[in-house]
Amino acid sequence: MLTSSKPSIRFAAVAALAVASSFGMAAQATDITGAGSSFVYPVMSKWSAAYAEKTGNHLNYQSVGSGAGIAQIKEGTIDFGASDAPMKAEDLQQLGLGQFPIVVGGIVPVVHIAGVQADQIKLDGATLADIFLGKITNWNDPKIAALNAGLKIPAGKITVVHRSDGSGTSFNFTNFLSKVSPEWAAKVKFGTAVEWPAGVGGKGNEGVSQYVNQIPGAIGYVEYAYAVKNKIAWVDMKNAAGNFIKPSADAFAAAAATADWASAKDFNLIMTNAPGAKAWPITATTWMIMYKTPKNPVNTKVAFDFFKFSLEHGQQDAAALDYVPLPAALVSKIEAYWASDFKH
Amino acid sequence: MSAQPGTIALSLIQEQRSRRDARHERLFRWLLKGCALLVLASLLGAAGATLWGGRSAFATFGWHFLVSTTWDPGNDVYGALVPVYGTIATSLIALLIAVPVSFGIALYLSEVAPAWLRTPVASAIELLAGIPSIIYGMWGLFIFAPFFANHIKPWLTNKLGDQPDDGKLSWVAQHVPFVGKLFGSSYPFGASILVAGIVLAIMIIPFISSVMREVFQTVPTRLKESAYALGSSTWEVSWDIVLPYTRSAVIGGIFLGLGRALGETMAVTFVLGNAMQLSASLLDPGTSIASTIANQFSEASGLQKSSLMALAFLLFVVTFFVLLIARLMLRQLAKKEGS
Repeated sequence: MLTSSKPSIRFAAVAALAVASSFGMAAQATDITGAGSSFVYPVMSKWSAAYAEKTGNHLNYQSVGSGAGIAQIKEGTIDFGASDAPMKAEDLQQLGLGQFPIVVGGIVPVVHIAGVQADQIKLDGATLADIFLGKITNWNDPKIAALNAGLKIPAGKITVVHRSDGSGTSFNFTNFLSKVSPEWAAKVKFGTAVEWPAGVGGKGNEGVSQYVNQIPGAIGYVEYAYAVKNKIAWVDMKNAAGNFIKPSADAFAAAAATADWASAKDFNLIMTNAPGAKAWPITATTWMIMYKTPKNPVNTKVAFDFFKFSLEHGQQDAAALDYVPLPAALVSKIEAYWASDFKH
Repeated sequence: MSAQPGTIALSLIQEQRSRRDARHERLFRWLLKGCALLVLASLLGAAGATLWGGRSAFATFGWHFLVSTTWDPGNDVYGALVPVYGTIATSLIALLIAVPVSFGIALYLSEVAPAWLRTPVASAIELLAGIPSIIYGMWGLFIFAPFFANHIKPWLTNKLGDQPDDGKLSWVAQHVPFVGKLFGSSYPFGASILVAGIVLAIMIIPFISSVMREVFQTVPTRLKESAYALGSSTWEVSWDIVLPYTRSAVIGGIFLGLGRALGETMAVTFVLGNAMQLSASLLDPGTSIASTIANQFSEASGLQKSSLMALAFLLFVVTFFVLLIARLMLRQLAKKEGS
């Protein structure tokens, strides 16, 4: 019996090694679940594929909307939630949750004006707000002309196109308008859905880009990647420093870098209208929301490992999908926050 | 003597059999009752759940919820009038178009069309009924709405509307009340209440026409032949014989279509324009109950979510009243016929 058992043990060991090397840490594979923002869904699925290949742990990310993501993390049915709007510090404190940004993206105003290409027309925040308030109704308005000396903009009725569904894109866009227009801040406020003073609503980024493409004289707002993909003319915006900026990955990164994260507890900071000289003014991020004292320590450990992997190795993948990697300073700040605020 | 035990055995078997039949009959009746009650229970459950979910909206806004045109998540103030109006307006337009067209289709297929054509056209209609609504929505948004905006809408606004491009009011807009308002619009795109109504009409035509065709075929040939023998035209036979004979089933088919139109979500969301504004013009964008819920539910919380639930409950109420009114009209019709 002794002699015969030896080879089988050896065989088992070899087999286990083979399995372990081919599936990474398959022996301890853990499935984690996250839910929320649809804005990060493309990059989440890419990261989870790369992460599964490396470690054998799978992430199941449900793109159900930020509100539902927050609701589910409150219920404790998932390991992390993802929201396009930050949770308030007192809510986080009360529920024992923490949050941190994971990736950055830009939102661009897009227009459909005959003969006007991307990066040709320039607007500032106040004018953009007046257009969306329905106060500026024609493209030949002197306020628009004053910002665009040298560009011939044909006269035509302006049709505002907004998101009809509740979305993080609308949240950040209306947040920007609230910061640059006192009238917007007083009347409309900001949120994932607001009472739009003017215009029509398209469902999703696709719906808005479709409407803008079809309506002459339309102005809308979409995620940068959609504008690039659908070849819609975007607008250059004047930022808080007073410079006209072209939307680009660098301009979004500049906004993330110059935003005042140091004084934002739990990263509770909306990056719109960031102060940097080269910052794109309508830059957005998505927050990951987790319990500071883990409800499921094993899963939480894997979740943090996943985020660490994403922040340190996954940013190339993010860039390929037109997201913007977080600046290195912010990444180290997030990792310090993990160490100080989370038990894991 | 040998017949005696045989008869006893036979009557025993018969007794057993009738007892078994009675048992089966009872079981069958319970089963049927269960099926019917299941529908009732799910209806009450859904209505009750939406009413419960919307209780804080009803408590906060009261009756004002029904007549307010505000839908302002920024300030947490909500009213249902705009979506309720949009739902009813689009469904009515859909019925106005779909009922006559379906009637024509069904009559043609059951009375006029050559036999070889009937089956292919009937299957094509049934195929149309199976197309998912998102396809209609995409077709509406990408193809029909631009076509409508470029070719039909200018004609409507110039010939009928009160805001024509050249500023010259047409005879109709000046002399027929309301028409000018209904077709006046300065908004340049197609997606509107009228387009949503037309897309809905196309979606419900298969339902209404296939029910109508089925019931038209049940009209006894004897009746029709007699009418033809008395010199009636095809139209007279259809209007005076076929339609009265099948009236309640036809109305049932129309209800089926109406129910689908009232609750349709995806297609309407694409072509209605999703603007929370009350406009008299059919060419302006609007919103409906179902599309408002679909648009906002995923990101809503608190009072907004409750208001969306309240909207869902109102959809039940609206549907109930529409069906009630239709039933009353039907009864009125039957009474008139009886006298």
